[in-house]
Amino acid sequence: MLLIECPWCGPRDEIEFQCGGQSHITRPEFDKAGDAEWAGYLYFRINPKGVHYERWLHAAGCRQWFNLARHTVTHRILAVYRIGEPKPDVTA
Amino acid sequence: MTGKQSCRLPSGGMIDRSRPLHFQFDGRDFEGHAGDTLASALLANGVKVAGRSFKYHRPRGLFGAGVDEPNVLVQLGGDTGTTNLRATEIELFEGLKARAVNCWPNARFDVNAVNGLLTRFLPAGFYYKTFLWPSWKLFEPIIRRAAGLGWVPERCDTTEYDTRYAHCDVLVVGSGPAGLAAARAAGSSGARVILCEQDALLGGSLLYTDAEIDGLAGPAWVERVQGELESYGETQVLTRTAAVGYFDHNTVVLHEKRLGRNESVDHRLWEVRAKRVVLACGSLERPIAFAGNDRPGVMLTSAVRQYVRRFGVLAGKRAVIFTNNNSAYELAKVLTAAGGIVSAIVDTRKTVPGGLADFVRTTGAEIFQGAAIAGTRGRHGLTQVTVRDGTGSTCRIAADLLAVSGGENPNVQMFCQSGGKLIYDEVLAHFRPGTTVQAEVSVGAANGTFDPATTLREGHDAGANAAVLTGFEPQARAPAGCTQDPAYAIEACWHVPGKGKAFVDFQNDVAVSDIALAQRENFQSVEHLKRYTTLGMGTDQGKTSNVVGLAVMGELTGRSPQKAGTTTFRFPYTPVPLAAFAGRARGTLYRPLRQMPAHDWHAANGAVFEEYGGWRRPAHYLRPGENAAKAEQREAIIVRERVGLFEASPLGKIEVKGPDAAGFLDRIYANTMSTLKVGNARYGLMLSEQGAIIDDGIAARLAEDCFLVGTTSGGAGRIAQWLEEWLQCEWIELDVVAAPVTTAWGTITLAGPRARDVLNAVGTDIPLAASEFPHMSFRVGTVAGIPARVFRVSFTGELSFEVNVPASRTQELWQAMMHAGRVFDIEPVGVDAWMLLRTEKGYMHIGVDTDGTTLPGDVGWGHVLKRGGDFVGRRSLSRPDAKRGDRLQFVGLESVSGSALPIGAHILTKDGASDGYVTSSGYSPALKQSVALGMVRAGRARLGEEIALAFQGDRHKARIVTPGAYDPEGKRLNV
Repeated sequence: MLLIECPWCGPRDEIEFQCGGQSHITRPEFDKAGDAEWAGYLYFRINPKGVHYERWLHAAGCRQWFNLARHTVTHRILAVYRIGEPKPDVTA
Repeated sequence: MTGKQSCRLPSGGMIDRSRPLHFQFDGRDFEGHAGDTLASALLANGVKVAGRSFKYHRPRGLFGAGVDEPNVLVQLGGDTGTTNLRATEIELFEGLKARAVNCWPNARFDVNAVNGLLTRFLPAGFYYKTFLWPSWKLFEPIIRRAAGLGWVPERCDTTEYDTRYAHCDVLVVGSGPAGLAAARAAGSSGARVILCEQDALLGGSLLYTDAEIDGLAGPAWVERVQGELESYGETQVLTRTAAVGYFDHNTVVLHEKRLGRNESVDHRLWEVRAKRVVLACGSLERPIAFAGNDRPGVMLTSAVRQYVRRFGVLAGKRAVIFTNNNSAYELAKVLTAAGGIVSAIVDTRKTVPGGLADFVRTTGAEIFQGAAIAGTRGRHGLTQVTVRDGTGSTCRIAADLLAVSGGENPNVQMFCQSGGKLIYDEVLAHFRPGTTVQAEVSVGAANGTFDPATTLREGHDAGANAAVLTGFEPQARAPAGCTQDPAYAIEACWHVPGKGKAFVDFQNDVAVSDIALAQRENFQSVEHLKRYTTLGMGTDQGKTSNVVGLAVMGELTGRSPQKAGTTTFRFPYTPVPLAAFAGRARGTLYRPLRQMPAHDWHAANGAVFEEYGGWRRPAHYLRPGENAAKAEQREAIIVRERVGLFEASPLGKIEVKGPDAAGFLDRIYANTMSTLKVGNARYGLMLSEQGAIIDDGIAARLAEDCFLVGTTSGGAGRIAQWLEEWLQCEWIELDVVAAPVTTAWGTITLAGPRARDVLNAVGTDIPLAASEFPHMSFRVGTVAGIPARVFRVSFTGELSFEVNVPASRTQELWQAMMHAGRVFDIEPVGVDAWMLLRTEKGYMHIGVDTDGTTLPGDVGWGHVLKRGGDFVGRRSLSRPDAKRGDRLQFVGLESVSGSALPIGAHILTKDGASDGYVTSSGYSPALKQSVALGMVRAGRARLGEEIALAFQGDRHKARIVTPGAYDPEGKRLNV
């Protein structure tokens, strides 16, 4: 059970959150993207052993989306940052 | 039998001899004392055979005294009882009724004991082999009947379960000397400390060993520390509470058991988030495997000692002790002092540390060095053991008790669950904590430390350190002095070679020969060994057997235990009833159901409620003599002929406001919303990014910069979250807020030719003439004196007004409408009729007629899609798959035979494959025929075609038609 530091509400239990998967995905422009690029945007996700940058929603709290960097093996949360902010440099 | 406790010592133990308790086991009456466990009381009464093994139904007796007990599993209570509880963990209470599981009629005479004769046909993995030869079908019924322990109670469980969350600075698991020292040090700092102990009493090993701390006997020191802990305001002591799980970020799950105590709760599951954890879980003794080691009367030395010291029970009168380490010599003292006879100590070591043997010899016991137990005898319990010495010669010794010790395994369960890595200690022959991952520390026996003074210091230091790390200042001083036990020393011995079954896992009947078989058949990895032989897979999860079994496999494959490794330690440490996870969330509290604002009226007027997307809504209103089908037909006729009243409060309502609101909705809907005029409403489709329809509804423009977005009832929460996700994560530059207001408003829909008359009669300041308030428009005003937002939209195909008023005034409006509508024969309408009406009309219902693959073109909405600019899902509509000509399309289906088409019936191709299916169906009282909707391959190009359908063996015939058999021109809408 993760303890997640919501940027707005502070440390809260995982049960209050929903995970939105990989973050920092760029949405292609509809009139420029080829089928392969669009399929990549829709369906292809990385699955790293190590640091994963992902979106979370504080669904049972402030209902705000935010980003965090989580180590997929240790489940350590290495950084929490707001949507629109660049990927922080973290070392596992 | 009452009153006969033949094995009870005349004095001693921590039981209350002034309080006799009566209980029943396998239908026989017994007496024990307050402070007994069911196990100690059975032993006091001389019950030898108290269980049967799982596979061979061999007679078994008590082997341990705690959570590690593999043999004596019982079912408590009658037809509401709980099954597979260990007798060693059940505190005796007055009137307790227990039955041994896995035997019939009782543990002593078990019909299935015949399995024991078939031993050679039931080797390890026999079960898997039946899959291959001759046929699984042949064996399945027999295996299924034999599988499983205990009985499912016949009546509903009346046990009380509870769950609780807690936070603390320091959690201490275990209350032996290390745990108490840790809790005392941490608690004295004022930190929030939780100490949990699975036993009813604090003290752990101090309850049955001779240790003296600070000049006090063990139990007295425990009492003093208990007093200290109580004086710390922030320290909470939980007895009868086992730590069973260790999860991410220092979440520890505790299971509190208060069975049979007549308290408000029998089980409570705690989820504790601790800043620091001190694991003082102690150690568990392991046996040595030898032929005949499962005979009742063979027990762990630590168990024999606990039964004497704690419960005043002498498990046997003539004992032999079998060991590979020093701890057994203490037991010889304990038994002799209690009046028992120790005939012999059989030590596998060639040399025995000097001081130990001296006392034992004074009692007349013989010491066999470099010797082993080669076999046992006794039909219903041990009568004789065979000793084989170093030269290979054997002798027999009479004994009714054989106490065995193969050494101590640090209890590393919690440590391993936390992610920690074990190391194998060659000197002490056990696995102990190595690399730590989470904010925890293991101390005392759990850390492989058996010397009492070191144990106390480790515990104290860990508790004090945990307090400091969480920002507190410990006050308590470390315990000063402690008597020394003889040093723990061991020479590893896992099993005694020889003929006869030498059991490793008692509960699952896994013997050394089964492990050897697994090795020969190449199931050599410890995880494969576990699955193939079921070693360690019983309710005891191999507490006495795992390390022995893995070491035996290591020996067979020439690997050290470190190399062979252990299987994964998993939650829960001891069994937890599934109901404890649910806690109070049962029955009506299982999931809170939402009630509509006018619920009380519906309830008082014959509504039959059903659950729709978390709401309790009237399915129909029953009249005397009616059934559900009749009520549905009557209510549908009322709407077509006169006027019906329907509560639609769960319909989703989201206010979207801001300078960019119109532009935002253009991107969210697949059709244009920015051209909508203030006061008008428009139907819209929302798509997923994959292009599939996820919701539909009416959007109204309240002002230039403000829209009211209507969603389906089921989509209310989902779509509000969907809008937020796009606003917060993708289009963060847009100046828009989206406020879900669904439950702030109640929605009452008037539908039918007399709807306008009722609205007039109830009184409104909104002009209602068709020219002034046309179909698909929206007005704000008052209705029956209540502020209202009124949509002229229709779900049924009839003239219809959807009146939204503040939720608190919904029932008032409902009653006003029922009153005003009386002259027009108004009637309430439930969801059943409502769905039938839209099916007649051919209106699709998202999630019923469509699924996660349905694109707008599939339901005939290709032409209304926005031409210019992006919207969610747009790009996906030009994928090759979206343009296939053979997609499933939304059509009407007319029954040719006249019979109703079942929902879910498949349309058949010529080859008998599926060409689509029926999604909605009903009997139309207006058209006097059955009507249906469905998704059919290339359906729109096949209008008029006659098709065959199949449903659960029945065949039907139908014709493909345009959806909307009723009023296809829409004349009744525009009146």
